[in-house]
Amino acid sequence: MTDHYHDNCQALLGSLSEYIDGELPADLCQEIEKHLEGCSNCRVVLNTTKRTIDLVQIPEEEEAIPEDVRERLFLRLNLDDYLHPEK
Amino acid sequence: MNETAAHEFSIDALRSGDRAEFARLVDAYSAPIYRLGLKMLGNPQDAEDILQNTFLNALTHLADFEGRSSVATWLYRIASNEALMLIRRKKNVVNLDDFQPEDAEETPLPEVFVDWSAMPEDELLSGESKKALDLAVQKLPESLRMVFLLRDIEGISIRDTAEILNLTETNVKTRLLRARMFLREQLSAYYSERLAREEKTNDRSLS
Ligand SMILES: [Zn+2]
Repeated sequence: MTDHYHDNCQALLGSLSEYIDGELPADLCQEIEKHLEGCSNCRVVLNTTKRTIDLVQIPEEEEAIPEDVRERLFLRLNLDDYLHPEK
Repeated sequence: MNETAAHEFSIDALRSGDRAEFARLVDAYSAPIYRLGLKMLGNPQDAEDILQNTFLNALTHLADFEGRSSVATWLYRIASNEALMLIRRKKNVVNLDDFQPEDAEETPLPEVFVDWSAMPEDELLSGESKKALDLAVQKLPESLRMVFLLRDIEGISIRDTAEILNLTETNVKTRLLRARMFLREQLSAYYSERLAREEKTNDRSLS
């Protein structure tokens, strides 16, 4: 596989993270997009890396901590009188 | 993603021992800190220890907090230290350098080139797939995992991640890329195998 790995692909790989995060200047993005048009391996790496990042995002329903963990934390910090904030 | 960014806290109130303000701070940051511990150590008991120790530590050192960094950065720094200390203790590692990856080393090149990115969401996130995903994150070396969790899960900027972990921004970028490529490779191996299995099943049902 490695002999199919061109210098251009390696260069793209080095900037892949920043390209995905939209942190590269426009001229560099254009260069990358030009390479992507002609290189299916790099397109696959880009698509699957983006998807990987999407998949690890935490779904909203998993964002809270378990209620018993919160209670023990407040007790430990002597904050138990603030366990139930008035709203 | 970055649900904590909007919270503002009065440093003066916190430092003068305002317990209501501290309780608000605890409620704002306990979820991300618990999550960080859970993903770093891989079990709820350790995650709870990290959570409690982080806020106990914060309470003790509140007077020294000068407000040069944001409260969030300061808390994450305490929490990441707690997590790394616990990992070291569990692994019996004495030498702290064992946790510094070879930043000079080259990032490994991709090996699997199967495009699974268009697989339907329900297949990508089935129970079995989620386990594979968790396992892949657990397999990341700690120093890469910490950067990845702060940046990609908590949505913290490169700059703040560098400040939290006491690294240069270049180090953070290198580790983030390496972590993402590692996970991509792991998931690609997993999903391409699943795709191959499905194709086989389809072939059989056609013939
Ligand atoms: Zn290429």
